[in-house]
Amino acid sequence: MLRYTLRRFLGAWPTLLILMTLAFFMMRAAPGGPFDTEKTLAPEIQANLDKKYHLDEPLIKQYGRYLFDLAQGDFGPSFQYKDYSVNELIATGFPVSLRLGGTAIILAFFIGSLLGTIAALRQNTAIDYSVMATAMTGISIPNFVLAPLMILLFAVNLKWLPAGGWNDGAFKNTILPIIALTLPYVAYISRLMRSSMIEVLRSNPIRTARAKGLPEHTVILRHAMKPALLPVISFLGPATAGILTGSVVIEQIFGIPGLGRYFVQGALNRDYTLVMGVVVFYGILIIFFNIIVDVVYALLDPKVRY
Amino acid sequence: MTTQDINALQSLNNKTEIKGRSLWSDAMQRLMRNKAAITSLVILGIITIMVIIAPVFSPFEFDAIDWNLISTPPSLANGHIFGTDAIGRDLFVRTLYGGRMSLMIGVIATLVSLIIGISYGATAGYIGGKTDAIMMRIVDILYAMPFMFFVILLMVFFGRNIYLIFIAIGAINWLDMARIVRGQTLSLKRKEFVEAAVACGVSTPRIILRHIVPNLLGIVVVYITLTIPQVILVESFLSFLGLGVQEPATSWGALVNEGAQDMEIAPWALLFPAVFLATTLFCFNFIGDGLRDALDPKDR
Repeated sequence: MLRYTLRRFLGAWPTLLILMTLAFFMMRAAPGGPFDTEKTLAPEIQANLDKKYHLDEPLIKQYGRYLFDLAQGDFGPSFQYKDYSVNELIATGFPVSLRLGGTAIILAFFIGSLLGTIAALRQNTAIDYSVMATAMTGISIPNFVLAPLMILLFAVNLKWLPAGGWNDGAFKNTILPIIALTLPYVAYISRLMRSSMIEVLRSNPIRTARAKGLPEHTVILRHAMKPALLPVISFLGPATAGILTGSVVIEQIFGIPGLGRYFVQGALNRDYTLVMGVVVFYGILIIFFNIIVDVVYALLDPKVRY
Repeated sequence: MTTQDINALQSLNNKTEIKGRSLWSDAMQRLMRNKAAITSLVILGIITIMVIIAPVFSPFEFDAIDWNLISTPPSLANGHIFGTDAIGRDLFVRTLYGGRMSLMIGVIATLVSLIIGISYGATAGYIGGKTDAIMMRIVDILYAMPFMFFVILLMVFFGRNIYLIFIAIGAINWLDMARIVRGQTLSLKRKEFVEAAVACGVSTPRIILRHIVPNLLGIVVVYITLTIPQVILVESFLSFLGLGVQEPATSWGALVNEGAQDMEIAPWALLFPAVFLATTLFCFNFIGDGLRDALDPKDR
């Protein structure tokens, strides 16, 4: 087990390296520099700026410096938010995004698998159909459509909840963004859970459990739940990536000061280091979360050999 | 035997003659029984036709600005049945033009990802061995990338170019296809007809193109109907962030974005494009589900 985990961690390095390299060279290939403004700067000032941020060095040297700094966990200074390092910006933005995204993924997992199980146990009944219809709605209405519609209904018309802002993470301010972020994944997970539960319930071990005369809830909770959850668990990797991406647009809509918003602002301002920092940071997060998911999967599934 | 008997026998014979049912006619029959899928197909057909012949429906140009009618609500009297947007353009025509763009991007980008995915997956699966291992390892590595972020970067840096959108979206969507196709190819290449082709001395690229790829069609069709909505979603996502198609051209995502900006005074500008976008995604998902059930009966 330990060896498998280690091997997975080692396997992540090439991915990381490619991620960083791609981010770096794409950034540098882009037309327009971070200090392009309406008025042209005096050549001396330009030269000084370039020197300060090492933009005057050959590309390969910049790349080397970038990797070297990253290896020490240093994302460098932000080009636009003067006096801030990218690390500091990530440190202020990430807790907010983590709260949103973390809550969303946990809620999606529990609600989704619960709904899926219920639908599977009541297959082809009104309950099943209504859960699946809701799931289809959740999949078909993108979160950036859902969010404004919810604002329109709950904030503008009914005035129950604030339309946006973070307010230091007051509970009321988090409700709408979290629903918008969670709903599509509740939908995906409940569909996955339903079909895998239906399959598991038909399998031999379950027939045996029933033949032993175990009560139904024991059959479901003790015997069927674990194998049925496997596809859901392997979906958690892509789901996390999706929720992180989704939070970019949700933070934008609700005006939440999270990392996703820094990313969009940074991208529009050509803040090289900030954008690269966020991409690499999220990349690392996703890659390692995928490894954890794989390891958990291997732990739960007796069929996986490692 | 009288002629009557012979006739009777013949008609009996005609009745008992069993018509062969191919995989496709079988699947077609199952699909026809799926009401949700068929309804979706019809609705999608109507939307597609509306979108293609959009200008026929309305006397207004999609980029014609009428400063006298800014953000007017839907009304039959002045002909703006979906109302007008913040600079007085007719929303009905814009919604249809936006749909044209969204659907076009959906179809073309899906084709791009299809071509890359099928050729990559079929090659890896058919050749096998080390080549397969290396090719799939590359897919694994790419799989872990936060691609959406790269697409956003791409749009920001290289301008909002529609061809770039096709390529970018196609380029992130081929990974799934490659995996599916490879798996399918692995089982196909052990089949007798491939062996026969090898024995006849057919070249490898030709076997892949003529014998493997056509047999992948079923799974590819399902995949297409599930990818198109994904692509439309990605494009809408980009357009929503203001990184997709450029004014005055529009797409559903861009319209939802514009509508969301002044939804408090003009909710119709948000509602109509949102309904069209959601309905289209709904239909594609239902058709995809229906096709999967029809082509792969073991899953039901």
